[in-house]
Amino acid sequence: MSAAAWTRLLERVGSQGEGFLAYMGGLGYLGWDALKFTVLGLVVRPRIKADETFFQMVRLGVRAIPIIVLVQTFVGMILAFQLAPVLADYGQLDKVATVVAIAMFRELGPLISAIVLTGFAGAAIAAELGTMVVGEEIAALRTSGIHPVRFLVVPRVIAAVLMTVALTVVADIVGTAGGGIVDRFILLRDSWEYYHTVVQSLLVKDVLTGLIKSGVFGFLLVLISCYEGLGVAGGAGGVGRATTRSVVLSIFLIIAADCAFTAAFYFLW
Amino acid sequence: MTADVDPILELRGIEKFFEGRQVLRNINLRVPRGETLVIIGGSGCGKSTLLRTIIGEYAPDAGHVYIGGEDACCASPERLDRIRRRFGILFQSGALYSSMTVGENVALPLREHTDLDEKIVRMIVKMKLELVGLRDFEDLMPAQISGGMRKRVGLARAIALDPEIVFYDEPSAGLDPIATSVIDQLIIDLRGKLGATSLVVTHDMQSALRIADRIAMLYGGEFIAVGPPAEFSSPTDPRVRQFVEGLADGPIPLRVSKTDYVTDLLGEEPV
Repeated sequence: MSAAAWTRLLERVGSQGEGFLAYMGGLGYLGWDALKFTVLGLVVRPRIKADETFFQMVRLGVRAIPIIVLVQTFVGMILAFQLAPVLADYGQLDKVATVVAIAMFRELGPLISAIVLTGFAGAAIAAELGTMVVGEEIAALRTSGIHPVRFLVVPRVIAAVLMTVALTVVADIVGTAGGGIVDRFILLRDSWEYYHTVVQSLLVKDVLTGLIKSGVFGFLLVLISCYEGLGVAGGAGGVGRATTRSVVLSIFLIIAADCAFTAAFYFLW
Repeated sequence: MTADVDPILELRGIEKFFEGRQVLRNINLRVPRGETLVIIGGSGCGKSTLLRTIIGEYAPDAGHVYIGGEDACCASPERLDRIRRRFGILFQSGALYSSMTVGENVALPLREHTDLDEKIVRMIVKMKLELVGLRDFEDLMPAQISGGMRKRVGLARAIALDPEIVFYDEPSAGLDPIATSVIDQLIIDLRGKLGATSLVVTHDMQSALRIADRIAMLYGGEFIAVGPPAEFSSPTDPRVRQFVEGLADGPIPLRVSKTDYVTDLLGEEPV
């Protein structure tokens, strides 16, 4: 490669890297504003909009329960199907319960709930806020002295974080039960024994690390969706691009954060 | 009307660039309390940019905006929010919050910025909607009413807090002549009823002549004429005359392309 080609390559990498850093910086600012207004809203006026937050919790979280239940049941079943032959080779078929429970509570519950919510809630938030930008609604809010972060982002952040954690609890239990279905009806084992093995093998740590992670995932996905939505430029096409980008980036950052957290928990706890 | 006493709005030396292109040049303006000032100009002359700079959406690259004596350009976000409560804005599209009813739209500034009792808020909402003739539409969603009605609701919301100054961005754009007259009449009435100062940005000459105490014409990013409507009915400046009379031929070009037409069509080397 010639010197000029190297220079071009470096320039490309540099400008991409700069763009990424700028993006993370913008996300950081939004996150800081959201936290600031949340804390302020808890202690002084203007208060957090409780009815709006509740509305968002129903819209983003409660309505996602059926899809989460379906997906997690299947994931639990898949896991049991995949593990059974391997464990049977070692004569450890009774360990299906242990492996399914730990995988569910530590990893798959939080991760898959967050990914389903990214598609379910994240895309909706990005499209909604983006449409508000196009319709000058955000400009109208700002110029009437109502901070869009306090008014729109804070209720969504609170709702998304709480509901991701709550849905993860549902996902953990349903996913483990999904493994139990295969254990009972395909492997023809006793359900009580499955239940007792699950309860015995799970540690408080397994449940807690999963829930901490899911809170972080929820925060990431809602922050990215709000950031993309509020940053829309260029009409309907811009709304579409923002929606796509928010889903893709959320999934990427959630998995990256998952890797970082799991590594940290591995070494520290 | 004299421009020397206590201006509610004052612009000093505003300059604005977009990607190296100068959009506003040395804009100076004093708007006294109670005046209706109309800024006219063709598409792309910088009207919207000027309005957005005044309301704090864009920061000027040079110069200052004083609203009620307070410098809005260098204000902290909290201070800017306080300044913004003193003015109301009617956006071109109305910019109603699509997830709220008409009544909730008008009530929002009251609920956010005041401690008024809910009963009083409801009363004020009804009063403001009555002013724009839409009291019966309180419970409808913005999507259920026409464009002209949305603008009138936008106006009711803009005046919910009885602002000292109301900004109008193209109030007649996209409206039929009757709806335009209704909005014009509202602007005139508001001045009478609330004593509010109005700053209207429009390219509709007829409505400008109807409502203005003073008209300012923006061309190429600077004011080329400022004066009472009478001066605009028989203008001497050929650019002003072309705009006021709506002539196709004149010193203001329709085409804004910088490249040669033939070169652009046939490529770099003309055949």
